[in-house]
Amino acid sequence: MASADRSLGPMITCREFEDFLGDYLEGRLAWGARWRFRLHMWMCPECRRYLRSFRRSLELGRRVFAEPDESVPSEVPPELLRAVLAAVRTPDDGDT
Amino acid sequence: MARRTRDMGTEGGEAAEEAEWVAALRSGDEASYVALMQRFGPRLLSLARSILGNEAEAQDCVQEAFIQAFKKVGGFEGRSPLWPWVRRIAVNACLGRIRARHRQAEATLEAWQPEFDADGCRLGLEPRQLPAADELLASDRVRAAVRAAVRALPEIHRTVLILRDFEELSTGEVAELLGLEPGAIRVRLHRARAALKKQLEPAFGGKGM
Ligand SMILES: [Zn+2]
Repeated sequence: MASADRSLGPMITCREFEDFLGDYLEGRLAWGARWRFRLHMWMCPECRRYLRSFRRSLELGRRVFAEPDESVPSEVPPELLRAVLAAVRTPDDGDT
Repeated sequence: MARRTRDMGTEGGEAAEEAEWVAALRSGDEASYVALMQRFGPRLLSLARSILGNEAEAQDCVQEAFIQAFKKVGGFEGRSPLWPWVRRIAVNACLGRIRARHRQAEATLEAWQPEFDADGCRLGLEPRQLPAADELLASDRVRAAVRAAVRALPEIHRTVLILRDFEELSTGEVAELLGLEPGAIRVRLHRARAALKKQLEPAFGGKGM
């Protein structure tokens, strides 16, 4: 399957499938391209499994990063609060 | 879920409350400054740490972001909620750090992209059975692997992935925030996602994890 067939043949290559993937996930493929993308997915178990692992990776990332990060304090460090307040007090007032 | 603060925007009755808060901020009321830092600080620290991969720098950036926010709050019109406004300032502070650093080689990212043969056929074997997300997330090792995989990405790719996929900004919003074209964001996003997936393959294949 040569990529030159792209505009003629209905079947795209795995590499083209990969190129379309981001736009497919974002819902940006025109219907013709979306159709070819899906056709490839139905015909190619490797790409089908690839896409499944790809989505699963993103789901894991999203869920792990939504968890509180154990090394980040649940409260803002008091020295950070103090430093910010000191920096924003207007220096020309001179009464702080 | 321990913390579900993804959307820290305001809705309905909270909007009026936030308008009062903005008014207090604009008048320079210190209690409102402290309230803002306490409300958004932990989430910003977590975000900055994810982007920068470094605790001390994350604190510096968040501190810098709050100072900038309070200096600029007079110009904040309150038409959009506070959280996206504060987040934008913090992300920009992080990006300033990143640009100041030595540009990181992208060779490793290259190694994590999918491979194809001369005919464009996919190389590499995907597992037939994929463990469910809940099953994978029950493992501390898998969760640590996910964090490590994101941390291992070049900074710009990591930032795009975090903002687009984890913070769930739109491609357009990420592009605007990073000063890049949407097309450039899409390319980086795809490469970052592919690299994340590649690094997590051992967890999926049941080999070693
Ligand atoms: Zn394929």
